[in-house]
Amino acid sequence: MLELFTSLANWLTYDLMGLSPETKLGTSIHFFIEDTTKILFLLVVMIYVIALARASLNLERVRAYIQQKNRLVGYFFGSGFGAITPFCSCSSIPLFLGFTSAGIPLGITMAFLFTSPIINEVAVIMLWSLLGWKFTLAYIVIGMAVGIVGGMILDSIKGERWLKDFAAKAYQNAATEARNHTDNPEMPEAPKLTFQERHQFAKDELKEILGRIWKWVLIGVGLGAALHGFVPDGWFAENLGSGQWWSVPAAVLAGLPLYSNATGVIPVMESLIVKGLPVGTTLAFCMSTVAASFPEFIMLKQVMSFRLLAIIFVILLANFMVVGWVINAISPWLFSGF
Amino acid sequence: MKRFEVLGTGCKKCVTTAESIERVAQELGESIEVVKVTDPAKIMEYQVMSTPAVAVDGTVVHSGSIPDHAKIVSWLKA
Repeated sequence: MLELFTSLANWLTYDLMGLSPETKLGTSIHFFIEDTTKILFLLVVMIYVIALARASLNLERVRAYIQQKNRLVGYFFGSGFGAITPFCSCSSIPLFLGFTSAGIPLGITMAFLFTSPIINEVAVIMLWSLLGWKFTLAYIVIGMAVGIVGGMILDSIKGERWLKDFAAKAYQNAATEARNHTDNPEMPEAPKLTFQERHQFAKDELKEILGRIWKWVLIGVGLGAALHGFVPDGWFAENLGSGQWWSVPAAVLAGLPLYSNATGVIPVMESLIVKGLPVGTTLAFCMSTVAASFPEFIMLKQVMSFRLLAIIFVILLANFMVVGWVINAISPWLFSGF
Repeated sequence: MKRFEVLGTGCKKCVTTAESIERVAQELGESIEVVKVTDPAKIMEYQVMSTPAVAVDGTVVHSGSIPDHAKIVSWLKA
């Protein structure tokens, strides 16, 4: 069914505009039309369907789920819920405090916050349609691993020492309370929703998410299209070397000042890989752009000391580099035929 | 006089929420007080996790989105 969008792009680019598929401009415009129409269509359908399903999932319930688990499972759940829970970055401080004041360890809360910008339904849909399911799956595993490992490291060095006083106190109180009550906290009941209410929720979600990301889709696909048409195949492999160790830290550093969400980076990623940038290097670049964002860090300053922020920053960057190196090392058999 | 607190760390949605409460109050001719609460410690005390949230006279009545017209009217009439 998705061939429809290729035909549409063929018709618009080659017939209506009269461009030749042999020219750089022709390929770029074809790529742009095909990908924007396809992605926007998929997004509209999928965001609506997913929102229908999660209309009754609220943060209070998510928190109760995470609270019930033991430590190890907690990191996994923290990261997993970070991936599927819709939440806007302006809510990260209340969310952080809500988790902390419920006695959830800092590392588990941060596993949630690390994974959240990397994995969301929009990113998954775009990856799937541009790069296929194998790559999507690898991306999800890596995104969760970055959150889980980051959280574990934070707890192992007792990061909560460097929380701001009021947050540290709230965490202490909750921890003492939890020791006195060994039974699991009560699970808040799921709100019972009629289909009409679910539909309303999904419609609002769709409007909100699409309103926020449509320009990122255009910018991202636009950049991807330009790379696609104007950079010769294999250019990166020839000019940046094929997977030298230093290309990974270079990619992480290059991604830092670029602040984008996953939506804007994924179409660029596709073009980078096609043009011969190693998969691990590309992923490191993408994660660095998406997850280590200065606006987010400045917000977290309200609840953490500068020292803790700096530590988190270094942990994240180190994680991205490890991801890049590991994937570069194993990608020949992981993505054979890719 | 009712006291409305809009809880949120200062994003655009919180501003919109405060504005719409003021506007609806004006439409209905109710005189109220609207305060924006941006202090994270205060928001934590209210146990709110998704913003914007609204508290009327110290009780949280809404959280996680910009409240619609009907909801605001119901708080003003209550």
